[in-house]
Amino acid sequence: MIQKIDIITSSCIPLPQENVDTDQIIPARFLKAVSREGFGENLFRDWRYDKTGQPIADFVLNNPQYSGTVLVAGKNFGSGSSREHAAWAIAGYGLRVVVSSFFADIFKNNALNNGVLPVVVSDSFLADLFSHIQSDPKSTVTIDLPNQTITDNASGASEHFEINPYKKNCLLNGYDDIDYLLSKKRDIEDWEEKHQ
Amino acid sequence: MNTLFDKIWDAHVVSSVTGGPDQLYIDQHYCHEVTSPQAFNELRERNLKVFRPEKTTCSPDHNIPTLNQDKPIADPVSRKQVETLAKNARDFGLTHYGLGDEKNGIIHVIGPEYGLTQPGMTIVCGDSHTSTHGAFGAIAFGIGTSEVAMVLASQCILQPKPKSMRINIEGKLPFGVTAKDIALFIISRMTTGGATGYFVEYAGEAIRALSMEERMTVCNLSIEMGARGGLIAPDETTFDYLKDREFAPKGSNWDKALAYWKTLYSDTDAVFDKEVTFNASEIAPRITYGTNPGMGIAIDETIPTEDNIEESGKISFRRALSYMGFSAGESLLGKKIDYVFLGSCTNGRIEDFRAFAALVKGHKKNSHVTAWLVPGSQAVARQIKAEGLDRILSEAGFEIRQPGCSACLAMNEDKVPAEKYAVSTSNRNFEGRQGPGARTILAGPLVAAAAAITGEITDPRTFL
Repeated sequence: MIQKIDIITSSCIPLPQENVDTDQIIPARFLKAVSREGFGENLFRDWRYDKTGQPIADFVLNNPQYSGTVLVAGKNFGSGSSREHAAWAIAGYGLRVVVSSFFADIFKNNALNNGVLPVVVSDSFLADLFSHIQSDPKSTVTIDLPNQTITDNASGASEHFEINPYKKNCLLNGYDDIDYLLSKKRDIEDWEEKHQ
Repeated sequence: MNTLFDKIWDAHVVSSVTGGPDQLYIDQHYCHEVTSPQAFNELRERNLKVFRPEKTTCSPDHNIPTLNQDKPIADPVSRKQVETLAKNARDFGLTHYGLGDEKNGIIHVIGPEYGLTQPGMTIVCGDSHTSTHGAFGAIAFGIGTSEVAMVLASQCILQPKPKSMRINIEGKLPFGVTAKDIALFIISRMTTGGATGYFVEYAGEAIRALSMEERMTVCNLSIEMGARGGLIAPDETTFDYLKDREFAPKGSNWDKALAYWKTLYSDTDAVFDKEVTFNASEIAPRITYGTNPGMGIAIDETIPTEDNIEESGKISFRRALSYMGFSAGESLLGKKIDYVFLGSCTNGRIEDFRAFAALVKGHKKNSHVTAWLVPGSQAVARQIKAEGLDRILSEAGFEIRQPGCSACLAMNEDKVPAEKYAVSTSNRNFEGRQGPGARTILAGPLVAAAAAITGEITDPRTFL
């Protein structure tokens, strides 16, 4: 069971850098846990804290001006390792949506499997959104999953975003893939029979 | 008019979800200790067994120390993760090549070594470098932990079919150029996200001429340009490699398998969503200068200047150079380096050790360089000794450590200190990848060997 998503309106946390890789989202040395809990504390660990564990003041998560459940990130977010810990860290921190103009494939799947919605917008929508957040950190976006739209409430600009209808249904209802696959056991056995 | 990829994918579709992904049957599932514990817990919570235990093979690799493997792992958190994999394998009845086992090693090294990886298979692992196995003409790709649980529970996952791309490398490779250089060249041309959404087939004369281990190096790095995976059509090189390996088919089963494997190629009229061609003569020994594998240059080129970088990428470019302590426009030849790492699922096989040993033979390791030479598996370690490479390396001042992922991602003790430069044959130069603040320069085994001798970035062709 994953957390459902429907319509979300929130202020944003901006991270305009491109190619943010999963080693930055959650460094490898924090992958040693055997449960899914607690990764949010180490989200962006080495950008967020210095060597002595003190918060780095100019990193966005340490800037009290910015808050919300929507992360807005530069192009090609989540590249690199397949570690689902990156999605757990994002979900664990309390983020529900990541907006970018491009996502790495495995990260996108991992996010969807953990109730985090990746929203792909155009480069120009993203650039405008960054500039609106910069001029007013309290400006908000609205993500409407049923209608597949994202609205930049500072300007009223709205875009349609794509999501696989199956995954959309899962997120709206909190279903996960295992339930679905278990319901297909007969088909799997038939396939195996034919491919001996 | 099917691509190789279509042929394998379509043969494994159990069902298609209306308006959604395909339900894909998985022939071979590999498991390591980092991305699997939560998946096994998921099974326990749902009171499920592993559906096809004989199709999963486990080997701990990420956390394991490369010294004193006969002693308990010192770091209690690493030890717990490694022990958890052993327990999960025991509880669910899976094959497990634990620490100290003669078959232990990096999962992507041992799968091919024992013939578990075969043409035409679908192969997954909770690890993005699963693409390595594509070298055999298999569809192999990395998955997340939720998907690991799906495979354990049902031997299937749900995946949208990726788009297809063919990358042709025509002509012959110049002298002193390795498979790693081909891959780093392709990634720098395609950029770190340029193949996202695609599954890549590598083809062309220069690819066909590669050995199986070299093909594995090329396919291994497919993910570093964002591709789900990369594969190469199987041929005589593939079949020769597989014949008589422990888990390869035998007798009449071999003949039957071989007949099928010979049908695995892209039809001449197959259409790819994207096709790119390079000439092998353009490729030179390569290094990276930045903090993703796409930020690379030929060893004798200079780092780009900012006017050659797209506007939206300038923040990342500046940040990368500042992290690496390099300047735009400079040459890296002659830069002092501190560490050399030979190993990983990218370059930890016997041919990599042969190449490294051949270059350093008769020279001495530079005294200020710390070198970690880490075989990819126990079998590679045995072969190094059998061929006497250990003596050559030892005479040149190098010691060989015990197998594992090691400094590729520094989950064990093999961490490069902050601000130190490491010439590394691994696959990622991300910030902090080899230790907090570590500065990674990715390269092939020859560039690594030359750097270990001179203590600086050196064109290996001067040694050959």
